[in-house]
Order: sequence, then C-alpha cells, then structure tokens
Amino acid sequence: MNLEVQDLAFGYPGFPVGSDVSFTLQPGEVLCLLGPNGCGKTTLFKTVMGLIRRQHGTVRLDGRDTAQMSTREIARAIAYVPQAHAPVFPYTVHDMVLMGRTAHRGAFAAPSPADHQAAETALAQLGISHLSARDYTRLSGGQRQLVLIARALAQGAPFIVLDEPTASLDFGNQLMVLDQVRALAGAHRGIIMSTHDPDHAFACGSRVIAMKDGRIHAQGPVRATLTADTLSAIYDVGVEVVELPGGRRVCLPAARAS
Amino acid sequence: MVERQAVTRSLAAIPLLLIAAIVALVIFAAVTGPYDASLTQLQSSIGRYLSGAPASTPLDTVLFSVRLPRIFAALITGAALAAAGAVYQGLFRNPLVSPDILGVSAGAGLGAAFGIFLSLPVIAIQGFAFAAGLGTVALVYMVASAVRGHEPALVLVLAGVVIGALAGACLSLLKILADPYDQLPAITFWLLGSLAAIRPDDVWSALPAVLVGLVPILLLRWRMNVMSLGDEEAAALGVNPRTLRLILVMAATLITAAVVSIAGIIGWVGLVIPHIARLVVGPDFNRLLPTAMLMGAAYMLLIDIIAKGLTTTETPLGVLTAFIGAPVFIWLLAAGRRGWS
Repeated sequence: MNLEVQDLAFGYPGFPVGSDVSFTLQPGEVLCLLGPNGCGKTTLFKTVMGLIRRQHGTVRLDGRDTAQMSTREIARAIAYVPQAHAPVFPYTVHDMVLMGRTAHRGAFAAPSPADHQAAETALAQLGISHLSARDYTRLSGGQRQLVLIARALAQGAPFIVLDEPTASLDFGNQLMVLDQVRALAGAHRGIIMSTHDPDHAFACGSRVIAMKDGRIHAQGPVRATLTADTLSAIYDVGVEVVELPGGRRVCLPAARAS
Repeated sequence: MVERQAVTRSLAAIPLLLIAAIVALVIFAAVTGPYDASLTQLQSSIGRYLSGAPASTPLDTVLFSVRLPRIFAALITGAALAAAGAVYQGLFRNPLVSPDILGVSAGAGLGAAFGIFLSLPVIAIQGFAFAAGLGTVALVYMVASAVRGHEPALVLVLAGVVIGALAGACLSLLKILADPYDQLPAITFWLLGSLAAIRPDDVWSALPAVLVGLVPILLLRWRMNVMSLGDEEAAALGVNPRTLRLILVMAATLITAAVVSIAGIIGWVGLVIPHIARLVVGPDFNRLLPTAMLMGAAYMLLIDIIAKGLTTTETPLGVLTAFIGAPVFIWLLAAGRRGWS
C-alpha cells in the first residue's frame, strides 16, 4: 500500500493555511515533518486523514482517492496519534486501546474477544501491559503517548500519523517514544510524524519535509535535506549541523561570534 | 488480563442487585397505599387479572388502574431520563450536562402550559408537550448547523441554552396571562412533575416513543465511548461524528419528550444518576448505560413512593428529586471525582 499526496492545499473555509504539498509514503518509511509553530503541520495532517475537507489536490491510498472513501475505510488505512491529552471520562487503558478497533466492527457491534486480544497484544508490543487496568487519565504524559500509539497499533492501519508525539515529554520519554516509532517502521508501518526537534528526524527519520508558511521548503532524505541552511531558513535563527564521531548528526544553535 | 476479568466479574453482580432492588420497590409500592394489601392478596389479585376474570375487589381496581400504571410510569421515566442524561453527558463531553441541555424540557413545559392555557383535555396537553419538546430541539439543531466554523458540540449547547431561555420567557408570559385560580396552579404543578394522575393510557402513549428511542442508544452504546473523545478523534477512529450525534440526539430527545409529556418536568435524575452509575461501574458506556437505566428506574420509583407517603397531599417529584439530588451532587463533587477527570 502507498499513500500519495499531490498538490494539496489545506485550511479552513475562508482561511487558507498551506498549499502545494506533495509527497508519497511507503510502509516501513518514517517521514518527519519539521517547521515552526503555526506553519500548518497539524492542519496538513488532518487534511491528509480527511478530518478537514481539502481545498485542492488529491490524497490517494493505493491510487484510490480518499475523497471517495468512507470515514471507516480511511480509518482502516491511516491511524492517528494525537498529542497526548486527557479525555473527560477516566477510561481504563485497555478500553482506550480497544477503541482503536472501532473501524473493524459494525456500527451496532460491541468489541469481540478478538478485539480485546488485539488491544492486549498492542499493549504488550509497546511494553505497557502492566498499565492495562489503570485509568488512562491518571497516567503520566509519556505513558499516555504510548497508550495512544498502542491504540493506533490496534487499529491495524498500514499508515500512522503522529502529531508531535514527543511534545511535552521529558528526555527519557522522548527517547522511548522515538524507539517505538522506529520499531513501528521496522514492523512495516508507514509513519508520518511532526516534531520540533531536528535531532529526532536525524534519529529516526528516513525522509524529511521542512515546512515554512504552509509550503514545503525542502524535502528529501534526512541527511541531504536537513542542512544548516535549510534549518536556519525555516526557523529564522542560526543553526549548525554537527557530525559526531561515528557518523551521527546533531543540530545546535549557531555559535555566536563574541 | 487477569485483573481485568476479576473487575468484570465483580461488576456483573451490580445489575442483579439493582433488579432485586427494583422488584422489592415494585412489590412495596403495589401493596401500600389507601388500600393496604398483603402479599397473598396481591398474588391472588394478579392471578385473577391474568386469568381474565373481572375485577372483584377494590384492590383489583386500585392495583390495575392506579398503582401498577403509576409504578410502571415511574420505572420508564427514571430509566429514560437516566439514559438520556448519560447520552448527553458523553456526547457533549461534560459530566454536568442533563437531558434538558438542548431545551427539550423547556419546550415541553411551554407546550404543556399552552395546552393548559387553552383548557384542552389531558391527552392534547400531553401531545402539545411532546411536540413542543421535539420541536424545540429541532430548532436548536437547525440554528446550530447554520452557525459554522466553531466546535459543533459547543455551538449546539449554546443554541440550546439560548432557545431554552426563550422558551422560558414565553412560559412566564403564559403564566401571567393564565387564570390565577385554575390554570396557573395546573401549570405550576405540571412544571414540577408528578405521577399522581397517571392512567394506564398515559403509559401506553409514552411507551412506544421510549422504546423506539432506546433501541439506537442501546445498539450504539459502545460507539458512545468513541464519541466522547471528541469529533476529530472519533472520525480518525472510523466513526462519522455528525451522523452519530444526530441519531443519538434524536433518540435521547424522543425518550425525554415522551416521559416529560406524561410526568412533567422532573429534574436532577438525568444529571445525578449517570454520575453515580459512572462512579460504580466506570465510564465504559457498554456497562454504564444499562446500569444508569436500572438505577434511574429504581430511584424514580423510590422518589415516587416517598412523594405519595411523605405528606397527605402529593409532593411534586421535581421538588423531591432536587432536595435529594442537590446534596448528593455536592457530596459527589466534594468526595472524589472518580467518575470524571
């Protein structure tokens, strides 16, 4: 299966946010989306998933336009991991993950034993089976994010969209979430992920899109695309990209002449 | 997994306990009153009724044309209000929402008051109340869909508040114009809710609408969980939130309007009962909905028994549910918020 976005223009009625966005995604790839606050990353995601009506362009799943697909069909192909949040009601972790199975059941059906099993398997895959009976609302931010990833996994979709999965997590939790993102790609899922940290793209991205003002500033393989020039241009600050011994790259603020 | 099964098992006993409580309350309500009866008398009276024999004792008449219809009306009123309250709380992601939120009670009250004002027969007053309740929510829905570009659920609630207030103003006007010796007390009494005047026909006229409304709510009860996460997440999980919300609002409005039209406005049940049910069985709608309905039925019947027995004149139900509901609610707020975050 592949996801193909072409000439997408997105925004709200009377309020365009971005345009001319094209990319393709295959299972096994991690596409990182970088860009300053308010450049339209979340709006782009929601438009790709069909949650917001697109203003122009096409989104195709295996050549089929998603505008012709039902909400349910899209949900079986693309799972969404929103930024960790708290619902009003304290569902258990198990119940939260179980909701990932919605698109696989008829409107009137309750989850089957197989769905309960799928939820537990997803929790086990993320190493958080011990949280199953806990209230989701009582978890830490990092744990919630893992639960939402488990829900996307239970949804069984070949593509997973993660909206700033590392936002507001401590350093350890950020690394843990990135590990899981890599594992998902290893398990042949196609990942689109937005992040505010270029190092995260270096750490687990296979390709990157650098956005500015709703348009793609640069796109391509991570190492070739995330140069000091690109990063400085999209964030409007001096940035240096440094190669560490061993070949890893990190991004730093440009040293100030003193 | 093991832990989860243990929790599920202990929760399975709760519906059974509630059903037992309802049976006990029904028997108590059936044998007490101006014609006190023993259990044996009750049994033989029911036997006569089932065998089709004509009513031969005063108890037969009292039981089948007064007490049992009233008991039955209390049960369906409580269950319906609790179900509607649970649906609205989930749908609007707010545990402080009651079935009146979209103006169904305000509309029904206005319709009933108008019927009383015109000195129409009871059946017409009920019809007016039912139609005006449904009409008000339809109006709220149309106004809300005309306003675009905001969170749809929020706009719906705001439209409900505004139009509910408008209906309240019209109601006040009718009260001023009504005959103060005859019509005004009737309007006031209706607005406070009572099952004292319930006849078998009333039960039969409300029951079909209640059943029709309950079917989609019961069938969609698992999807309510997904709806309570908000429109965007619901859609990302494969549910069409607009369609589902319309169906659920229609169903919840239908059952509320049906019971309000025969029982008058009974507050607090739809607010407090889903809350207590959530404390007991948790927020999963699959379990919450049946539990809330059973609790609502038991609570309403208990309130009605108190209303009959408390004083020589009937106490309006709306007054009792508020006297009991308000302190319980404050206690819930103070004591722990396990039912919501």
